[in-house]
Amino acid sequence: MAGKPRLHYFNGRGRMETVRWLLAAAGVEFEEQFFETRDEFEKLIQGGTLMFEQVPMVEIDGMNLVETRAILRYIAAKYDLYGRNLKEQAWIDMYVEGLKDLSDMIMYFPLSLPEEKDMNLEYILERATSRFFPVYEKALRNHGQDFLVGNRLSWADIQLLEVILMAEECKPSVLSDFPLLQEFKARISHIPTINKFLQPGSQRKPPLDEESIKTVKNIFKFERGMFLKNMATIVAEY
Amino acid sequence: MAAKPKLHYFNGRGRMESIRWLLAAAGVEFEEKFIDTAEDLDKLKNDGLLMFQQVPMVEIDGMKLVQTRAILNYIASKYNLYGKDMKERALIDMYTEGVADLNEMILQLALCPPGEKDAKIALIKERTTNRYLPVFEKVLKSHGQDYLVGNKLSRADVHMVEVLYYVEELDSSLTANFPLLKALKTRVSSLPTVKKFLQPGGQRKPPIDEKSLEKAKKIFKIK
Repeated sequence: MAGKPRLHYFNGRGRMETVRWLLAAAGVEFEEQFFETRDEFEKLIQGGTLMFEQVPMVEIDGMNLVETRAILRYIAAKYDLYGRNLKEQAWIDMYVEGLKDLSDMIMYFPLSLPEEKDMNLEYILERATSRFFPVYEKALRNHGQDFLVGNRLSWADIQLLEVILMAEECKPSVLSDFPLLQEFKARISHIPTINKFLQPGSQRKPPLDEESIKTVKNIFKFERGMFLKNMATIVAEY
Repeated sequence: MAAKPKLHYFNGRGRMESIRWLLAAAGVEFEEKFIDTAEDLDKLKNDGLLMFQQVPMVEIDGMKLVQTRAILNYIASKYNLYGKDMKERALIDMYTEGVADLNEMILQLALCPPGEKDAKIALIKERTTNRYLPVFEKVLKSHGQDYLVGNKLSRADVHMVEVLYYVEELDSSLTANFPLLKALKTRVSSLPTVKKFLQPGGQRKPPIDEKSLEKAKKIFKIK
């Protein structure tokens, strides 16, 4: 009997959170192995299971999967959350790649320099409400279905909910101009596996606080002013 | 008869180049519509053709695909360059994403402030020879096959070879200790459609020069 997938990361959201969401939504139980210090992280690297010396890493089906997208694609395909054909897969890919651009911004926000914080927050919210959320509102309006792609639950829906909740943590009223996204949020949150994940005591992680920011900075040795430097896909106005 | 895929981007490598490589390796002829000015890009946006107001965008099979990875995934799947099952696909994805990380570092070099360039180049060289190339050399050595996954050409090989060209452009000695990768590079470059792509007159784009960089910055409104 196959063991449960085992997630290797620090005890926080970061790049692993979407993996947790996807597994939870698929109803797959998983274990987590946290590292809390630089030493523990280096020990993991020396263990030779990290192909490019990086996390996330997920032990699943006899593989040590690394690279977030590789992990997510494997899980999505395995648990039938990746569409029924190539075209549906393409739509899902476009939607999740757009969401990743937005969620990366939100993820890096706590690492902003103090003097940049207000400006960065404004930028995130502007992008969320003028570039990203309109796309998903429109998609739902155009086909009138409950889910983004193919009239059934997919990776795209799960990640959209995740990102909506992250954006609301930045500004609670961020969905005020998006009635269909509000309904979508309620609807997807009520799916039993997802609802369970949203309850206290689940493996969902909270946002970074003062303490955990310090921990993360020690483990990963970040430079100062990570925000704009890491907006690789958003470096330009394109 | 299906129309050829049509690529919308500026006339340079950027994020579209890996798509050009993959189509070439798949033997698929494609057309290109170049964005030459900020107004050209605005028109694409205003006509509602860009889902997230961004390029690359590829018109293919009745869709206007955006997001580089969505485009690459579609092409790789359609043209059988994505392995034969989920496990092969997982390996291909891991290799592809690793190569993409290295490619991204090289891509960002063009936009790096002059004062930081040397440090960035040193980091790229270090990562190339210590983190990335050894992984792929080891993979080839471990199975002794001609291609990275499943004894068959896949997108992983194509992306790898593309990046090897960039690495050698940066410093030709970087690949010196990786004979199997050099052999892969030769092998993939010799495939008829790739060979044609790489020849003068082919659709491969040259490294960006000062003038094209200035032009690209204007189009994309980068300071």
